[in-house]
Amino acid sequence: MARTEQQSNDKFAGRWFWRYASPATFYPLAGKIEKIGWVLAVLLAVIGLYMGFFVAPTDATQGEVYRVIFIHVPAAWMTMVIYLAMAFWAGTGLVLGTRLSFMMSHALAPTGAIMAVVALWTGALWGRPTWGTYWVWDARITSTLILFFLYVGYMALAAAFDDKKKGDRASALIALVGAINVPIIYFSVKWWTTLHQGSSVRPGSSSMATTMLWAMLIMTFAFWAYCVAASMHRLRTQIIEREQGAAWLKEAVK
Amino acid sequence: MIWESWSAFWDMGGRGFFVWGSYGALLFAVIAELVSLRSARKAAIQSMQETHETP
Repeated sequence: MARTEQQSNDKFAGRWFWRYASPATFYPLAGKIEKIGWVLAVLLAVIGLYMGFFVAPTDATQGEVYRVIFIHVPAAWMTMVIYLAMAFWAGTGLVLGTRLSFMMSHALAPTGAIMAVVALWTGALWGRPTWGTYWVWDARITSTLILFFLYVGYMALAAAFDDKKKGDRASALIALVGAINVPIIYFSVKWWTTLHQGSSVRPGSSSMATTMLWAMLIMTFAFWAYCVAASMHRLRTQIIEREQGAAWLKEAVK
Repeated sequence: MIWESWSAFWDMGGRGFFVWGSYGALLFAVIAELVSLRSARKAAIQSMQETHETP
């Protein structure tokens, strides 16, 4: 383990980003990113919710209930994006043996799982008045539920070992294998004709009113900023936990 | 203002339960996550300080 780290250090020596692979250098940077994330999240959420509730018109076919879209779609997108980011850092940790990569991966998982729950919950409440049912074993809904279980399995496995390095590696495997589920979710509405509707947003064309679309996109950025801030906070906590004995940490944590 | 009144706003065209049930769940999830982030940080700092105190 220590040898792999040394080897990869040599391989990447001189690259500017490598400096940030060290928990000691990334800790303060993560704090700055976190702060910017919280500010952007609040600001964008205020604008997005105002547009969503006071500017965007009533939907011609669905009435007012469509306003769930402003949180349903961002949560569904974020749970997929976070999973890919989590798998990416898990893979990076496996290949390069960098401690910080595994910590990043662990920091992302709980927020990703929460986003999956929010997507499923809001989808159920939206489905009841529009489809007449809270739940259906539709391809997209089922694959999103599987993504939630992958998050839970990942977190359970990461915490299951007394030796943290073993937990890092075992959970990284789940993260990587499970990543195949993300394109399945994404293309599920094309591959199987089931109840969940196809995408309303396509590059260059969209079936939504402009103000609706803008409200949804602004909310997506608000969610994105929130997820970045929350995972940076969790990453810093991970660093404090794992680098407990380090002298620099005592100075950094005040 | 696209709403005739605040009660019309809360009613959401008769779909208030579904709309506010969704936003309420999100609010609950966010608050729960923030609380858990804070308590995890507190515990981590405490255990770190104990490590530094005992030589």
